Amino acid sequence: MNEDIVKVENLTFYYTNDDEESEAASDRKYVFRELNLSVEKGSFTAVLGHNGCGKSTLAKHMNAILLPCGGKVYSAGFDTADDSALFDIRSHVGMVFQNPDNQIVASVVEDDCAFALENMGVEQSEMRRRVDEALKAVGMYEYHLHSPGQLSGGQKQRVAIAGIIAMRPDCIVMDEPTAMLDPAGRREVMKTIRRLNGDGVTIVLITHNMDEAAQADRVIVMDKGNIILDDKPTEVFSNVELLRSVGLDVPQSTELMYLMKKSGFDTDVHIIDEESCANALFDILNA
Amino acid sequence: MIKDITIGQYFPGNSFVHRLDPRFKIGITAVFICMLFSADTFAGLGVAAVFFIISYGLTGLPYKLMTRSIKPIIPIIIFTGFINLFFIDGVPVIKIFGIIITDEALRVTAFMMIRIILLICGSSVLTYTTSPIVLTDAIESILRPLNKVHFPVHELSMMMTIALRFIPTLIEETDKIMSAQKARGAELDSGSFMNRAKALIPILIPLFVSSFRRAEELALAMECRCYRGGEGRTKLKTLSSGLSDYIALSVSILVLCGVIIINMGKVSILHAYTTI
Amino acid sequence: MSAIIRTENLTYTYSPDTPFEKTAVNDVCLEVEDGELVGIIGHTGSGKSTLIQHLNGLIRPTSGRVIIDGQDIWEKGVNLRDIRFKVGIVFQYPEYQIFEETVFKDIAYGPKNMGLDEKQVGERVRETAALIGLDSALLEKSPFELSGGQKRRVAIAGVMAMRPKVLILDEPTAGLDPGGREQVLEEIREYHRRSGSTVLLVSHSMEDVARFATKILVMNHGSVFCYDTPPNVFMRADEIAEMGLSVPQITRVFSLLRKKGIDIRGDVYTVDFALKTINEYIASKGSAREDGHD
Repeated sequence: MNEDIVKVENLTFYYTNDDEESEAASDRKYVFRELNLSVEKGSFTAVLGHNGCGKSTLAKHMNAILLPCGGKVYSAGFDTADDSALFDIRSHVGMVFQNPDNQIVASVVEDDCAFALENMGVEQSEMRRRVDEALKAVGMYEYHLHSPGQLSGGQKQRVAIAGIIAMRPDCIVMDEPTAMLDPAGRREVMKTIRRLNGDGVTIVLITHNMDEAAQADRVIVMDKGNIILDDKPTEVFSNVELLRSVGLDVPQSTELMYLMKKSGFDTDVHIIDEESCANALFDILNA
Repeated sequence: MIKDITIGQYFPGNSFVHRLDPRFKIGITAVFICMLFSADTFAGLGVAAVFFIISYGLTGLPYKLMTRSIKPIIPIIIFTGFINLFFIDGVPVIKIFGIIITDEALRVTAFMMIRIILLICGSSVLTYTTSPIVLTDAIESILRPLNKVHFPVHELSMMMTIALRFIPTLIEETDKIMSAQKARGAELDSGSFMNRAKALIPILIPLFVSSFRRAEELALAMECRCYRGGEGRTKLKTLSSGLSDYIALSVSILVLCGVIIINMGKVSILHAYTTI
Repeated sequence: MSAIIRTENLTYTYSPDTPFEKTAVNDVCLEVEDGELVGIIGHTGSGKSTLIQHLNGLIRPTSGRVIIDGQDIWEKGVNLRDIRFKVGIVFQYPEYQIFEETVFKDIAYGPKNMGLDEKQVGERVRETAALIGLDSALLEKSPFELSGGQKRRVAIAGVMAMRPKVLILDEPTAGLDPGGREQVLEEIREYHRRSGSTVLLVSHSMEDVARFATKILVMNHGSVFCYDTPPNVFMRADEIAEMGLSVPQITRVFSLLRKKGIDIRGDVYTVDFALKTINEYIASKGSAREDGHD
């Protein structure tokens, strides 16, 4: 039953110099060379990396905003290079962007939420039902008549997510959805993401925030277009030095365990949350 | 600050006026404008004013809001009125330094100023009580017949929707950029005309850059939500009209008739000048 | 030392007489000493952004006074532009204010407005660029070609180059990745160390300000919740977390430990300090045990 919702096979992607029409190989700026990856249906995967490591470019391949220069990307079973499947891909694999302001089209929350359904030609009563359902799923139903300007950043981002959910996608790819939000907004959005995942929606979360990545089932760490780590969060974050060397952080709990281990304590560096950290410290201090 | 201007803003509510079909509201506003321009006498204008005051009362919004939104335009109105003062013939009432102001001039100027103020107030009732998006829907619906002659009605309304959605965002952005440049010593409100025009460059360039960035991102987000133009598109909300809409429109037409009747009974103030 | 910034009963109300009326800053009395590095934290809508815009006269208080360097800035005869050169503000996402064709020109905009001659302007631009880690080769490039992190530096340098007595930065690290965040914070600290001027650093996260600030101002609902040294502020970490602010994970770990009944310091906010605290705790327990044996 381990169906893959996104499958990236030998993905090669490069940018060419804009001013020159020549396809000379030397002008190519490679982002990926032969990248392989698959995302299991129903999973919550975080893609972690510093700015410019290629994580956003990867996300854009997942719903055919960018097309591979070599290799294949399959989203929801469709080849992203297949033009005729474009709308199927986009309704099955939704995408949420960083700046909530720039993805809200309408001046009323519920109208924005309906935008995708209007485009898809969904019938009115069905649309009403799906819009209400989507707004309830992100906890924004009571704001359905508000204008985006009256909402906080976190609320706007939840509206943007609702606009995607209304399409009933199998998978949502989120490209740094919390980067522009305040801590309260981040918490709201992360809570929404976890809830959606609990309801069976596959989540691919692009982020450079380790606390958010730590909430996923699987963390993929990217550097210079390569996957350098791909494992459960506890395993990934135990590589403190490697993560540091690629400009990333580890949770403070992990860092403390790591430093304690280095100074002679018998600690487990597979600790990423405060609860288990406090428990571990309790045992040490009470010994 | 720019944010304080309330013209064109929408104040959500659930009053009788808020609930009217926007197409009818546009119609009623058109009738009101007809009232203002067909009124030739102060009495006619007075009827239109009463019509406005009652309609505004029905919106449940505070009158203070209206006075505040009128305030910034007053200088413009006074300026236009002022010019009129000196160029209309009649019986001189005031003579200062050889400048003659006539009784006619005073009357016409007062009449004009009241008319402009009522015009702004009246159309504000429409925008205050109708969300821009609904207004766009209404315009799209009114223009729909033009589709037959290949007029891009959907594209036009989509453009309006997006423009309306981003006006507040861009105003906020302008405010931010202005603050940022002021913090770097930009002088925006003093100096000669040329200097002031030059001082706008540090505001306009960042504003353009960010608008283009927004446009690009929005286009991408719209594509990701399966946007492919107006074809095969359905709507969450379709406009519907009821008995109260027809009644409201009828009442306003009756008032318009009243204004026209008043005109016929009295000699026009503007008569002499409209024929020139 | 005298206070470089003083506010007296500062109150500001947005959009009075409309349905959107809101008091953003309420009766704030604050004194910041010369040379401090103050971290200002508070959630969105706590009034911190409104407060800082009062300090260089961008917003006129509804009531109360703002006194900069002994001068009431709204007194008659005070030139607000001079105040703005004295109190420099770097706004959120400052890269969006960049407009010149070259990095050099953009950084020079502020110093030029101050009326400095070309030589002085050039010196200041180069000095500031070096301080904030912008390579001199970049100075003649278009700022729009730079990476996000570099653009941010150009914008920050544009204000630093005015050499204000007080430098205020509103969320200078927003949207940057961990590496970029660390760098920018480090550069701000370096600026503070070298110039000796007062720096106010607004942030959502206590983590950013905890390591650098000499004082922390916590704003809540438009009022000052507390203004104190970092350890004293972190003693109230639980209350601060309740306001919806993010408290460093390590502080939460220690607060959990205290709840479990371990009598350990509650003002831990960096990992290094946490390690030190644990070692001290174990040492004191050890010596307590030895004392018991005697």
